[in-house]
Amino acid sequence: MKHWKENLLAPLAFTAALILLWELACVLFSLPATVLPTPSAVAKALVQYWPAIRDNSLQTLMTTLLGFGLAIVFGLVLGVAIGWSKLIYGALYPVMIAFNAVPKVAVVPILIIWFGIGTIPAIFTAFLISFFPIVVNVATGLATTEPELQDVLRALGASKLDVVRKVGIPRSMPHFFGSLKVAITLAFVGSVVSETIGANSGLGKMMLDAQAGFNVELVFAGVAALALLGIALYAITALVERRFTGWAFRAEGIG
Amino acid sequence: MVNAGDPLVVLDHVSMTYGHGQQAVKAVDDLTLTIRKGEFIAVVGPSGCGKSSMMKLISGLKPTSEGRLTIEGKAVTGPINKVGMAFQAANLLPWRTAVDNVLLPLEIVEPHRSRIGREKAAYRDKARALLASVGLGGFTEKFPWQLSGGMQQRTSICRALIHEPEILMLDEPFGALDAFTREELWCMTRDIHQSRGVTAMLVTHDLREAVFLADTVYVMSDRPGKIIKVQHVDLPRPRDLEITYEKPFQDLVHELRSHIGKH
Repeated sequence: MKHWKENLLAPLAFTAALILLWELACVLFSLPATVLPTPSAVAKALVQYWPAIRDNSLQTLMTTLLGFGLAIVFGLVLGVAIGWSKLIYGALYPVMIAFNAVPKVAVVPILIIWFGIGTIPAIFTAFLISFFPIVVNVATGLATTEPELQDVLRALGASKLDVVRKVGIPRSMPHFFGSLKVAITLAFVGSVVSETIGANSGLGKMMLDAQAGFNVELVFAGVAALALLGIALYAITALVERRFTGWAFRAEGIG
Repeated sequence: MVNAGDPLVVLDHVSMTYGHGQQAVKAVDDLTLTIRKGEFIAVVGPSGCGKSSMMKLISGLKPTSEGRLTIEGKAVTGPINKVGMAFQAANLLPWRTAVDNVLLPLEIVEPHRSRIGREKAAYRDKARALLASVGLGGFTEKFPWQLSGGMQQRTSICRALIHEPEILMLDEPFGALDAFTREELWCMTRDIHQSRGVTAMLVTHDLREAVFLADTVYVMSDRPGKIIKVQHVDLPRPRDLEITYEKPFQDLVHELRSHIGKH
């Protein structure tokens, strides 16, 4: 490992310092555990409630990933369509902007009316909140294909499909994978938001119940679990990005 | 079959207009010229004079508004794959190696398109040989960012040549290169033209470049572009860079300069 200081040591040291500061602040100002529990109390809660945290984490993970998967499929299809044709772009874009402007929290009650309290509203919320950045990025990648390059190919008799297949889609891939990092985080937010409004399980629901029972340690343990899960999802997506579009990272790569 | 020296491209009072109605802009006007097979022509003129439009016309990317344009006696109505193009920006695909960039046109043009899947190895050898012929033998498996600007431009020109086009079109291909690299690529272009007998059309701002490479130099006026001067270059071939320092060469450049933008 070449940059272990920047990549491993520095973030770990910073995180440890932050937690230490938190612990010290709680003790020094003798904050009541009902306001801000110490990190050690949160860690204890994590261990104590581990089975519940594990099961609810898996539920949230499942709804997030299903919503994210739907977002990838729809995002790619819509993005290619919008980047392909100015007509489709003109027709769909205003509607999509309007749709994206609606806070997704406002959609959850409708989803609950349609599908009932449970897993499906969480999946849909995750999907709805995360597909927009994918669409925009894929479409941008396609629409910004260099005109000269298009001329080179069109002069050879290439069809629009040829140009999109050989140039447009590959060149939009870094945009696509870049957007996945944003989308996975958003999908996660969508799932948890939906769970806190109406669900039978999931980290959001667990934290809501803990709050109702004044179990502040467990609320914070839920936050910690969310943070860890979020980091893991982001890291996996970033890894996939490097794997598939290494050519776009040339500055740090082989070059 | 068109033999060397016979007319290949014929423009007869050709005009081209962009846009419609009030916004219509005439890009080129009343172009009449003949490009013979194997000839090297250069088109020079001020910025925005329609030089590139002329290239797009001949490659079939843009339709003529008036007049008649034929290649090998047949009217040009759309893109013809007899043309290979290279531009000022090399526009290589960054996710492909040099050899795979060169192969791109063969994935588009028939009959190679249907063959390339089965005969990939043979086609790759052909592309590697072409790259080697422009001095990139050791760089075929490199990605574009691993190549210098001049190497990228060489690769781009190989991409324009791989399907053995009738006409090689170069739109200010050396404009972004430093002076020494540019002269190296002049020599490479000269050698390609010499050895392959390809017909070439060079659009450039650089009068020395035009005179060094071309048999005939066309000077175009400000928009709408008209041909205001046809200059035959009778300097003997093969030409060496040394001739650019000699009087006949400089007289030609000077003469051409006097037709561009009177200051």
